[in-house]
Amino acid sequence: MSLLDAGLATARDAVCRVSEFACPPCQTALALLEERVRLGGGGRLATTLCGLDEALGGGIPLGKLTEVVGPSGIGKTQFCLKLALLATLPECYGGLNGRVVYIDTESKFSSRRMIEIGQKSFPQIFRQEGLAQKMAGRILVMRPASLSDFTKSLEQMKVTLLQNDVKLLIVDSVAAFMSSENERGTTGFTQHPLRWALSFLKSIAELTRIPVVVSNQVRSQSNDDGYHYSFEVKRRGDGDGAERLESHLVAALGIQWAHAVTIRLVFESHSGQRFIKVAKSPMSPAVAFPFIVESSGITLLNDEGIDVSGPEITSIRCQGQNLLGLLPFENRG
Amino acid sequence: MLSEEQSQKHITTGSGDLNGILGGGIHCKEVTEIGGVPGIGKTQLGIQLAINVQIPVDYGGLGGKAIYIDTEGSFMVERVYQIAEGCISDIMEYFPCHHDKSSSGQENLQPESFLAGIYYFRICSYTEQIAVINYLEKFLGEHKDVRIVIIDSVTFHFRQDFDDLALRTRVLCGLSLKLMKLSKSYNLAVVLLNQVTTKFTEGSFQLTLALGDSWSHSCTNRLILYWKGNERCAYLDKSPSLPVASTPYAVTSKGVRDAGSSSCKRVRVM
Repeated sequence: MSLLDAGLATARDAVCRVSEFACPPCQTALALLEERVRLGGGGRLATTLCGLDEALGGGIPLGKLTEVVGPSGIGKTQFCLKLALLATLPECYGGLNGRVVYIDTESKFSSRRMIEIGQKSFPQIFRQEGLAQKMAGRILVMRPASLSDFTKSLEQMKVTLLQNDVKLLIVDSVAAFMSSENERGTTGFTQHPLRWALSFLKSIAELTRIPVVVSNQVRSQSNDDGYHYSFEVKRRGDGDGAERLESHLVAALGIQWAHAVTIRLVFESHSGQRFIKVAKSPMSPAVAFPFIVESSGITLLNDEGIDVSGPEITSIRCQGQNLLGLLPFENRG
Repeated sequence: MLSEEQSQKHITTGSGDLNGILGGGIHCKEVTEIGGVPGIGKTQLGIQLAINVQIPVDYGGLGGKAIYIDTEGSFMVERVYQIAEGCISDIMEYFPCHHDKSSSGQENLQPESFLAGIYYFRICSYTEQIAVINYLEKFLGEHKDVRIVIIDSVTFHFRQDFDDLALRTRVLCGLSLKLMKLSKSYNLAVVLLNQVTTKFTEGSFQLTLALGDSWSHSCTNRLILYWKGNERCAYLDKSPSLPVASTPYAVTSKGVRDAGSSSCKRVRVM
């Protein structure tokens, strides 16, 4: 006010007008619904895993950040490979008929494996000559070697995403550059190195209306993971030891990341079986689906799903000794 | 003042037990903060309130409209439709005799009309968040039937992009004062959804609501949603007139209901 030498009323008026312009336009929820219906396809990328698609309301939603988290070797990359393939397929086969950007931070991307998944899941498409190459040609793989490379490639991504008709962005995995010391050393998320990446991924998803799928790792639970409120302190004594043994893994990147993603799919292994759990989703029930990894990618063993009650839906279990024995491609006869 | 307080309106949350600890429901003319871990159902409760405020006066509601300010992008229209349908089916169940009386009122009980009564703002940065709260005064002047403003969540942009914590505290203080003033002058309820963070107190890490200690003074009421065993529970942490209490509740396919409701939460593909 002293700068402009204007009265209080003028300053207030100026603030009001600026706010009005800066404020995004208002829509009614009904208008949103009509827009969703008009866009067709329900605004989803179907994963072809029927039970999961039904639980998620059609598939992975467009314009939102979906996280896939689980211990290593469980099948997250297999899931991402299949999604990448699905997005390149023409719309008549349930795809998005577009290009895919696959950011591979751990060098796990295998084009040979992707073609194998394609040949086994959609034999009629892939038998056509040259189609496999065309599909593979639509997938752009980036391999950043460090966190700064990763941030730089994300920045360059913006132009690519807007120009090149990209229909899916996969980051596998986003936690690769975060070692556990790095994460614990930062006080809160404010200095977290991935803070910018998170805002960028969310805003690019909304702006370009594409699904963004991010895979995350797990780490062991430490004493630093507070999981009780102050008014719950009294109950700390009982059941504490048992709880800790049961779910001794937590998703990496902390609780703020957990708040920021819209959908979280937890992959875990338990009692000799692997499960996909819909841990966080604004519109799905808490269900778990048992699955196996085959030559055609991930297949659900049970489309109905098992209802999971309570906080168990967000816990990640892993039977250490079994994972070493589990081969990536189990052929069930 | 006493008579004013007695005639204060409440917005039902959908769960009788939860209404009970809140003294009838979410109060108008007050700012209520609701916080919890990811996945506990804060957005569900926010959407339920946006629908419940529109229940017509004939059926015991306020018959008002809602403003939903979405900072995280978790507002999914199909779920809102489902919750609206659940609310309507519950109304039909409790008020069967009204079918003959107000046939014109019944036409309004379509999920589409509930959806049309929610004004939705998608906020992508903290500047937009500040702008929308400044703009609300003018908007509310033009739309006098709004009875609830829900911000989901008030924390997101302020945790991401703010480096200067002192400035953040000042800005948040200003926002909360504005919201309080709006709630009093336009007789509406303001509901702020908040995230959680871990804080080192009393020798260990504990969960607490985000945005710091100074923010915790800004709200009139505070409700914390948490897991107790396999149930969702709500704990009334702060209230000027009610004792602290906690109660279980459930999130079903119809929305927020009392714990022990049998309907399981499954979504139809639209």
